[in-house]
Amino acid sequence: MRIAFVLNGKKRALDAPPLARLLDLLRGPLGLTGTKEGCGEGECGSCTVLLDGVPVNACLVVAGQCDGRTVLTVEGLGTKDGLSDLQDAFVKEGGAQCGICTPGILMAAHALLTANPQPGEGEIRESIAGNVCRCTGYQRIVESIRHAAKERASRESG
Amino acid sequence: MALVGRSVPRADGPAKVAGTARYVDDLTRPGALLGATLRSPVARGRLRGIRRDPAFDWAGVTVVTAEDVPVNVVALIEEDQPVLASDEVRHAYEPIALVAAEDPVRLARALRALTPEIEPLPPVLTVADALARKAQIHGPDNVFATYRISKGDAAQAIASSPVRLTGRYRTHHQEQLYIEPQGMLAFWDANGAHLVGSLQCPFYVHKGVKRTFSLDDAHVDVTQAVTGGGFGGKEEYPTLLALHALLLAKKSGRPVKMIYNRQEDVEATTKRHPCEVTIESGCDREGNLSAVSIKVLMDGGAYVTLTPVVLSRAALHAAGAYRWEHVAIEAVAVATNTPPNGAFRGFGAPQTIWAIERHMDRIARELSADPLELREKNLLRVGDTTPTGQFLKESVGVQRCVEEARKASGWDKKRASLGAAAPTRPVSALLRRSAPGSSAPRKARGIGASVFLHGAGFTGSGERRLKGRVAIDMLRGPSGKKPLFRIRTASTEIGQGTETVFRQIAAEALWVSMDRVEFATPSTSVVPDSGPTVASRTVMIVGSIVERAARDLFARTENERQKGGGSFDDAALRLLAGKEPVVSEKTYETPGDVVWDDETYRGDAYPVFAWGCDIAEVEVDLDTFETTVLGFWAVQDVGKAINPLLCKGQIEGGTLQAIGWALNERLVVEEGRILNARMANYIVPTSLDAPRFTTVLVEDPYSMGPGGGAKGIGELPMDGGAPAIAAAIEHATGIVRDDLPLLPEDLFAARRTGT
Ligand code: FES
Ligand code: FES
Repeated sequence: MRIAFVLNGKKRALDAPPLARLLDLLRGPLGLTGTKEGCGEGECGSCTVLLDGVPVNACLVVAGQCDGRTVLTVEGLGTKDGLSDLQDAFVKEGGAQCGICTPGILMAAHALLTANPQPGEGEIRESIAGNVCRCTGYQRIVESIRHAAKERASRESG
Repeated sequence: MALVGRSVPRADGPAKVAGTARYVDDLTRPGALLGATLRSPVARGRLRGIRRDPAFDWAGVTVVTAEDVPVNVVALIEEDQPVLASDEVRHAYEPIALVAAEDPVRLARALRALTPEIEPLPPVLTVADALARKAQIHGPDNVFATYRISKGDAAQAIASSPVRLTGRYRTHHQEQLYIEPQGMLAFWDANGAHLVGSLQCPFYVHKGVKRTFSLDDAHVDVTQAVTGGGFGGKEEYPTLLALHALLLAKKSGRPVKMIYNRQEDVEATTKRHPCEVTIESGCDREGNLSAVSIKVLMDGGAYVTLTPVVLSRAALHAAGAYRWEHVAIEAVAVATNTPPNGAFRGFGAPQTIWAIERHMDRIARELSADPLELREKNLLRVGDTTPTGQFLKESVGVQRCVEEARKASGWDKKRASLGAAAPTRPVSALLRRSAPGSSAPRKARGIGASVFLHGAGFTGSGERRLKGRVAIDMLRGPSGKKPLFRIRTASTEIGQGTETVFRQIAAEALWVSMDRVEFATPSTSVVPDSGPTVASRTVMIVGSIVERAARDLFARTENERQKGGGSFDDAALRLLAGKEPVVSEKTYETPGDVVWDDETYRGDAYPVFAWGCDIAEVEVDLDTFETTVLGFWAVQDVGKAINPLLCKGQIEGGTLQAIGWALNERLVVEEGRILNARMANYIVPTSLDAPRFTTVLVEDPYSMGPGGGAKGIGELPMDGGAPAIAAAIEHATGIVRDDLPLLPEDLFAARRTGT
């Protein structure tokens, strides 16, 4: 089936079996390997991307569901030399260790901060509760997100 | 410069957050096939053959069986494990055959078209059955290894002690559950075998490949891809996976990529050894410890793998952080027909520290003593000797850890105001009988502590035998003006921060900025063998070699500067203008006074120990028996934190793994098969389960540590979490659990039986 959608701000169209996993399309023909597979069954969250702004597990979303919609992946947040403020906060505050969970967590956090620019710690923890990180103990992740929110607030007020 | 001691952002951070860091599954090679493994469905049996479905179209499918393996052993400590089973199958999920195909669908079908024909044999599934020799599955007695440590006369001293107590403490399996499953990409060319994979120890894989394919050093290259967590799980196992991928690549003539799916990873790869520890102790009524006798029994699984080394570390940590005049420790590991257990952060120590810490709480209970005071009274100090007779000459920061943890957590007040014994909280009454409609709080709070130590570096004469090496090259910079430096080491970055910390250490010693120090991708053709990335040895042992090599280059350049004038960079460029490459390669030198005797198990078990005190505050729901960790104070003596942020990240992450081991994780094994090998039913902590950590770094420097005294801390944080949680639950509810885990059903059962 022919699928057309907006991927990281650009229109894309490709042929794919309607039941192909979005995760495989991204990592395969679309060449975006930033989205990771940790379990393939919706449990780890490392494949989290935003579908029309909402975090979904790309391992559970099929190609047919994406037609006519927008998809945002970690590659759409920023680049290695031009990191988004959120990505930068993860580097500075120790939010990434091995980094395999990081793209998914960034997407969940990005959705949170878009909807709720000044979340409390409980809201931050809630927003990433579907993303398992085995390295960090989560504290530095929470701090990274909090830090990004704070920086945004001070930028806006200043 | 003062780079050491600063929380510089991690060097590999930008690529990881941008999604451009390449993990093995993000890599491929032209023409690469995908590989998969046919595994045994039974715990033990005789392999009669492998049936290939004649109706299946085998075109383009490569099948490898034991007959295709040149030397069918996995070279590790012992060579008892085959690359592919050929005769006897010794555990469920044991690899029997391999397949490779163009695409995942063909691959899955081909795998289903193969059926192992196995005549089942009676398996040995428990340690008790192994000891009873229900069947003979390893050597004459099913025993993999035995160690004994003794000091003084424990039996006699216990018998004459006023307070004698005995307890038995059990711990369960634990799955590493790194979020990136194991994976390997293999190919052959005129230069021999090539591997790129998710791994901790390139030279372990190198050794295994050389042995199985009878290749020399120059014809095997093992390169680490960016690795998504290891925790020990990618210490020895990747060797087997590498051999599998190489076999398929050899037979098919194509590159082969093998990536485990989660279920396969949980089922087939190594886990933390289950363990049973029996402790008998003697002390006086004031709580002065005198003697302890400890028996450790470990389930090694079907093959030796690293079990003897894990067992040894378990034994060496079994007496805990305390002064005992008399000690007798006997540790035994046996074979069972279950998937081999192996390396997991802590490496045996979390098991025995669980036991000794629960036992300390037992003593405190018996004496009605404050558990932290009892511990403090008996802490090892500088000048004491350990059970192996190791004289502690420096860097014993445990007293300070306890003091700071007590203060930070508000221990004294909480101990008095929370808990089952607190007058305002009649928890014991609540536990006995539910009170429908009553407004009484159905939750109980408590606080508990653990004190622990972890030996940094290889056990015993390990480092002396290993002679880890590191090289630093001086290179022309891109502008030709400012020379660069490149660290070459086999120590891998697996999330813990090796790259960043090594660059900090080297830059500081060279008096240059960090961006002038590079970290070479660990590849066996490029880096010298620094030893494996294990045993809390990376920063302390290998980091000290990095420091020496950097200092050497600095001294050589400085020497040149004094001779020929100009700046440091001018002098460096003059050195680079010479014919020879400018490089400093250094080998680890075990401090001369570190002496160990493998025969008697006496001497300096480790160059130094790191120490810690953990305090947990919990709330237990008395209806559901769910435990919530409200606060966690981790105070650990790290010698010197090279990068405090990364160091705290290690402590928090390791501690949460320990908390998960206690409160969330349970591997269900039946008939040698794992029933919950998925993330949906093997539960690890999420952001909502994790407490807020208060992490305090105590710095009691180790004179031989890099950066002014750093000690190894990778594993330390795994040791104290579980016993601190158990103690807090005990304080909250009066429920005493000597066995892990502490899931709601376990607490409920313990409440009913009163054990
Ligand atoms: S891979 Fe999609 S949730 Fe784990
Ligand atoms: S950083 Fe490794 S799993 Fe999160």
